[in-house]
Amino acid sequence: MNILENNINFLERFYSRSENFIQYNEMGMTITEKILARASNKKSVTPDDVVIANIDKVMVHDVSGPGVIKVFSEWEKKGINLDQIWDSDRVWISEDHFVPASDRISANNITLLTNWSKKYNIRKHFKYGLGQYGICHTLSHEEGLVLPGEIYVGGDSHTNTTGAMGALAVGLGHTDIAYVLMNGKIWFKVPETIRFIINGDKPEYIMAKDIILKIIGDIGTDGANYKAMQFTGETVDKLSMEERLTLTNMSTEAGAKNGIIEPDDITFEYLKTRTDKEFIPVKGDFDASFSNTFTYDIETIDPVIAKPYSPENICAVGDLEGKIIDKAYIGSCTGAKLEDLRMTAKILKGKQVKIRTEVVPAAQSIYLKAINEGLISIFLEAGAVVGPPTCGACCGAHMGVLAKDEICISTTNRNFPGRMGHVESQTYLASPLVVAAAAINGKITDPRNEM
Amino acid sequence: MNILRGRIHKYNKDNIDTDVIIPGPYLKIHDHKELGKHAMEGLDPNFSEKICEGDFLLTGKNFGCGSSREHAPIALHEVGIRAILSPSFARIFYRNAVDGGYLLPIEIDPASIEKISDKDEIEIDLDTNTVTNTTSGEKFNIKPFPEIISKIVKAGGLLYYKG
Repeated sequence: MNILENNINFLERFYSRSENFIQYNEMGMTITEKILARASNKKSVTPDDVVIANIDKVMVHDVSGPGVIKVFSEWEKKGINLDQIWDSDRVWISEDHFVPASDRISANNITLLTNWSKKYNIRKHFKYGLGQYGICHTLSHEEGLVLPGEIYVGGDSHTNTTGAMGALAVGLGHTDIAYVLMNGKIWFKVPETIRFIINGDKPEYIMAKDIILKIIGDIGTDGANYKAMQFTGETVDKLSMEERLTLTNMSTEAGAKNGIIEPDDITFEYLKTRTDKEFIPVKGDFDASFSNTFTYDIETIDPVIAKPYSPENICAVGDLEGKIIDKAYIGSCTGAKLEDLRMTAKILKGKQVKIRTEVVPAAQSIYLKAINEGLISIFLEAGAVVGPPTCGACCGAHMGVLAKDEICISTTNRNFPGRMGHVESQTYLASPLVVAAAAINGKITDPRNEM
Repeated sequence: MNILRGRIHKYNKDNIDTDVIIPGPYLKIHDHKELGKHAMEGLDPNFSEKICEGDFLLTGKNFGCGSSREHAPIALHEVGIRAILSPSFARIFYRNAVDGGYLLPIEIDPASIEKISDKDEIEIDLDTNTVTNTTSGEKFNIKPFPEIISKIVKAGGLLYYKG
């Protein structure tokens, strides 16, 4: 980059900031640091500061919800008054992991959650079989529940997903969520930010999944432990909202506290049809500092696959060309958004699947859009089974879990031992294009051969 | 007073993830005793039978990576584990272990893993931030807790921490 380009970039960023965004007296903060500073009523924060941040939104689901209820019951035994929570309008609940109820225990959990949300007057409870419902992380963006500049905590590790909306989205456990529900705030250590600049025109055979798997392969599953991963660059600027969400979703797989993308016109356009709530977007300062910067040229990236048993265990799809697979799974918060289903349909259209293939849209609204666009007919005509929205087999819960020695190729985000079923099953992680190409060939296939 | 004594169970493997600590199908269970029976099932099906109250784990780096399931530290606590020694912990596991008051995540130098064998008895001194292997006599330093973690640990969990 020459000096002139540097200056132009500087001026562009300066003016966009001064016209459109909140002003701070202190400079040099990333978007993550700025959101934490605002939420903790500080002018500025720096990495490693410990702050008490006021929380904007909270989510629990049918696994973390009953966990929080259990914490509440323990605290009540200790004499703590839990007649009401801090702000029921800032809380929302999804039923996603074990739904439709997979057995008596999960059915009881759903009932427990229903009674609990009634008791605390939590009106945003997305129930299966009662209108919109789906995977919590998908609802967070599909329903415009979390807005740019907000701090959002969820009782699930993939809460990071929602950082693509320009929010600070962090996954927490049951005790921490219970604490937030009581107090509306919680401690955070301000993370260092690692910046990932992705440049170049994205080829049609490459998806965000390839980019994030490549990054995890490079930095490892603890490469961003306790840190923020910020995605930027000309490729990211042009990526759709749903594709951006794939990047932030899998920041979790590198151990990151949060994944984040600065909000822009694509973010605002996406939200326009989903919420009329006002928000104050936040962007990082031009002189923000990053603990590390990685730069990628997307035009040189090949379709990527993560072999068992770690998302960091990657290689080019071509290196595994011809490997026999037993099952293809298109599902989860990272791999069954509308665009993921469109890409799957692109490959499956007019073809027959050669191996067991399961498609599980991430939310009811996405399922309906997929029907209206004719995608579901393409899947069914190709011979795939289409299931109701659920986390399902991604977390080994139900609906298509894997047998001993069964080999699955999946659009999901984890492939640890036993993640999708038997501890000796195997999961290969890849983009919807790669998974669909494997589905129609019964073996790992470079999607370029099918496009 | 801040000395913990116990026996080590050594699993010298990096990236022991939450899916092996407590596999997905048990996520719907919220009875702590029941969760304890399945602790580490994905790595060692006989784990819960080997552990006595007050024992410690010694593991490779990035222990607890993966999910936010609090079931993971709960299951380990329930079976008797009171501290885990590892070169590093995944952030949500670390936070859950401390904020829930279940067990102590003790960060050690990777080279220290070789200074302890399976079934060794050790002492963890949180005042001097040292570990003494009472079986071999060897001694090494541990990473001190950051201030906030130290306070939450002393309080017995986030609920009792008053700033």
